[in-house]
Amino acid sequence: MKHHRTAAALAGAALLSAIAACGSGGGASGGSSASASGAAGSSAPAAAGYEAAHAGGTLHLVANAAAGTLDPQINYTLQFWQLYQATYDGLLAFQKVNGQASFQVVPDLAAAMPTVTDGGKTYTFKLRSGVEFSNGKPVTTKDVVASFERIFKVSSPTAGTFYNGIVGAGACLKTPATCDLSKGVVADPATDTVVIHLTAPDPEFPYKLAVPHASILPASTPAKDQGTTPIPGTGAYYFASYDPNRALTLKRNPYFKEWSSAAQPQGYPDEITQTFGLTVEDEVTAVENGQADWLFDPPPADRLGEIGTKYASQAHVNTLTAMFYAPMNVNIPPFNNLKAREAVNWAIDRSAMVKIYGGANLASPVCTFLPPGFPGHVDSCDYTAGGGATWSAPDLAKAKQLVKESGTAGQTVGVVVQTDDVNKQLGEYLQSVLNQIGYKAVLKPMSSNIQFTYIQNTSNKVQISISQWYQDYPAASDFLHVLLSCASFHPGSDSSINIAGFCDKGIDAQMDAALKTEQTSVTQANTMWGQIDQAVMKQAPVAPLFTPKLIDFVSSRVGNYEFSKQFYMLVDQLWVK
Amino acid sequence: MTETTVVTRSAMVPARGPWRTALADLARDRTAVASLAIFLLIAAICLLAPVYAHDIAHTDPFTSNVSGTTLVNGKTVPVLVPTTTGLGLGVTPIGPTWDIHHYFLGADNQGRDVMARLLYGGRNSLMIGISSALICCVIAALLGMISGYFGGAVDTVLNWFFDVIWAFPVYLLAISLSVVLLTNGLRLGPVSVGAGSLWLPVLIIAAVYVPYVARPVRGQVLALRGREFIHASIGIGGSDARILRRDVLPNVVPTVLVFLPLMTAINMLTESALSFLSVGVQPPNASWGTIINDGLGLLYTRPMVAIAPGFMIVITAVVLNLLGDSVRGALDPKARLRGAG
Repeated sequence: MKHHRTAAALAGAALLSAIAACGSGGGASGGSSASASGAAGSSAPAAAGYEAAHAGGTLHLVANAAAGTLDPQINYTLQFWQLYQATYDGLLAFQKVNGQASFQVVPDLAAAMPTVTDGGKTYTFKLRSGVEFSNGKPVTTKDVVASFERIFKVSSPTAGTFYNGIVGAGACLKTPATCDLSKGVVADPATDTVVIHLTAPDPEFPYKLAVPHASILPASTPAKDQGTTPIPGTGAYYFASYDPNRALTLKRNPYFKEWSSAAQPQGYPDEITQTFGLTVEDEVTAVENGQADWLFDPPPADRLGEIGTKYASQAHVNTLTAMFYAPMNVNIPPFNNLKAREAVNWAIDRSAMVKIYGGANLASPVCTFLPPGFPGHVDSCDYTAGGGATWSAPDLAKAKQLVKESGTAGQTVGVVVQTDDVNKQLGEYLQSVLNQIGYKAVLKPMSSNIQFTYIQNTSNKVQISISQWYQDYPAASDFLHVLLSCASFHPGSDSSINIAGFCDKGIDAQMDAALKTEQTSVTQANTMWGQIDQAVMKQAPVAPLFTPKLIDFVSSRVGNYEFSKQFYMLVDQLWVK
Repeated sequence: MTETTVVTRSAMVPARGPWRTALADLARDRTAVASLAIFLLIAAICLLAPVYAHDIAHTDPFTSNVSGTTLVNGKTVPVLVPTTTGLGLGVTPIGPTWDIHHYFLGADNQGRDVMARLLYGGRNSLMIGISSALICCVIAALLGMISGYFGGAVDTVLNWFFDVIWAFPVYLLAISLSVVLLTNGLRLGPVSVGAGSLWLPVLIIAAVYVPYVARPVRGQVLALRGREFIHASIGIGGSDARILRRDVLPNVVPTVLVFLPLMTAINMLTESALSFLSVGVQPPNASWGTIINDGLGLLYTRPMVAIAPGFMIVITAVVLNLLGDSVRGALDPKARLRGAG
């Protein structure tokens, strides 16, 4: 994703036992009788609590640019993942509710949470009956098998990290075109069951089934990136049109009947449009004037003041389980020297970074790699002036001393950042800090489209950069194992998410042990992850900077704002009437 | 006898040479004098940037001061002021204090003194504008002279070269070169220019404008090539190098001199554009273009950050253009006649 995502690990047992309110299909009041589009789905029954009086109208969203392909098994951007929540379903889903409960996984196209057998290696799902795609065709077990095979055939970004544990996935990863998961995803059309066999227990697997890459699509969907061509889905809405240069449109799925308000609730607007091409400044103005209902992009710094004061009632600020950090390449000078990396950690004034991001109400300084409040996080700070468990102030003198001791003073250091205003400002600040402690720092701003892959590839010899990580799901491994394990370091590849190139066999062994422990005791595993976090920070392959918050700025006519911690604002739950 | 004596004495009064005539004309041209004075004043003030930063404002314009404080009306205030009303979102850099010692024009997003950066930025912008104009004019004069004098294959090849450069929109070419060179710097044989060096924009801007000066020079030399004094020089066995140096060059210099202030203005504007697009002067260095870029995100709250360098660019470009017009008028008698007519 542009807000990058990957796998994570949470407690398996808690997850598997978390059978949330599901299957509460039906029941409700008449649906959106005021539907202007007149789609059949407008009259679809909705769950109790659905306020039909607010149904109808068109929700106008704006974004600076489109987010690439519309294919849900390929796209990896927050921008479209938010929209996929209303358009596609997997066997499981993150609950579409406000707050912490949104981390809970519930049955979606599966009628119930899976039966887990064979020591956690076999998941048996019963497919929900009566669900239809937006093209009117029923969802069958054949579609489920085809969708899992398609993940590999289209080389989904997470095919090798999320779904590589499925039996047969290894061969699919080697030769995607001929992917055959007949032994890994076994369907029984007679009983509407699907059995997924894993090569090893994976307590995070339910999470992985609940993200858009595991969407169930019609078996007839071509096994190649569908680009701007919408693929039929099962959600409350379907993509009616998509022009990356202009706009996309979602309309009510005429075949949608709400089966679970937790997994796929009936939406309120009859139509949702997202228009592309405005500058972010113009987007803010459009929302202020009521010409748009929400902007995807973060509001620019010079508009935050007015949003927070004049339009405070229209702004929603939410804490994210995310992290801004500065990965340092531990394999090339000067950061192949531990003292040099420590120096950077000592020197960075996190509160200055927070100010640049928008102030203390929009971000919080951090000193560990696991964000505060995240599973496994323990307050601990090795790099704060005066000591203490949380970061309080930088120690520039100590940093200078460490640089001197490392013998790396005077070296040229390239700082690779994204070109957007905030990241560039953060980069300039980091450049200034590096210059202060004795390096000759050169800022290398790069388009957001390429910076993330550029900094991953060791061939580019990136020394230090600024990157962000947004959780895919709430598990410590999503940060530590994904970003700093030997397994995620692939020299010479654009897909080497371990940007620091950090590979410590000892810490890796601890991570493996924590992953195994998750299968039996989440609490114990989280304790282990906390210790790993501290061990990692002793090696300082990264400089954690701050955890950001997200501002959703909506128009004055918008109501029923709900924020899922997993996929952020629930777009289709907004009222415009 | 008396009449004869008068005639002889009159004939002995040395006539003013073309250069002295031009200088005298320039000195009489109020626009030229005023333009030159303003330009020199701007240059002088910019050259005093270190004095202002270190001895008056006591600030480092190249180091972030995000968490810093300053004095306003005797009170200590943060340089970046957090919003405390409403939801308390965002921070705003301090605005102009109009106190020469403390953030006279306010601060930018990094908490740096805008006035100090404006002066340093001006130094860099003028340095790049003047240096690139000089390099451009020298190279263009040389190539134009060679092309026009030798003709034939040499002329054809050099014209192709000019055509190729001219085929690109000048900004597109400059941006492309900058993007490539800013990543790894320039390494051409013994010449090595670092990625963050100011010489990169100098060389890039000089290169893209060469045809704009070389073409007119070539045209002039083509005309000179058919003149009698050139034929005479060839006839008495003068070498090509000597003819170019002694006969062609003096006739080309006025043309190049006319171009010099104009190219300085154009190059300064190009530098500002490139820097505004982040492909010119690289941070933490400043130029007027980079400061406008810094001010872009502050237009609603601190417009002075963008307005001040914009104003300086406009003033400097205007005076250089006026000066260029005056130089052209002084060095080109035909233009003067046209003006009189």
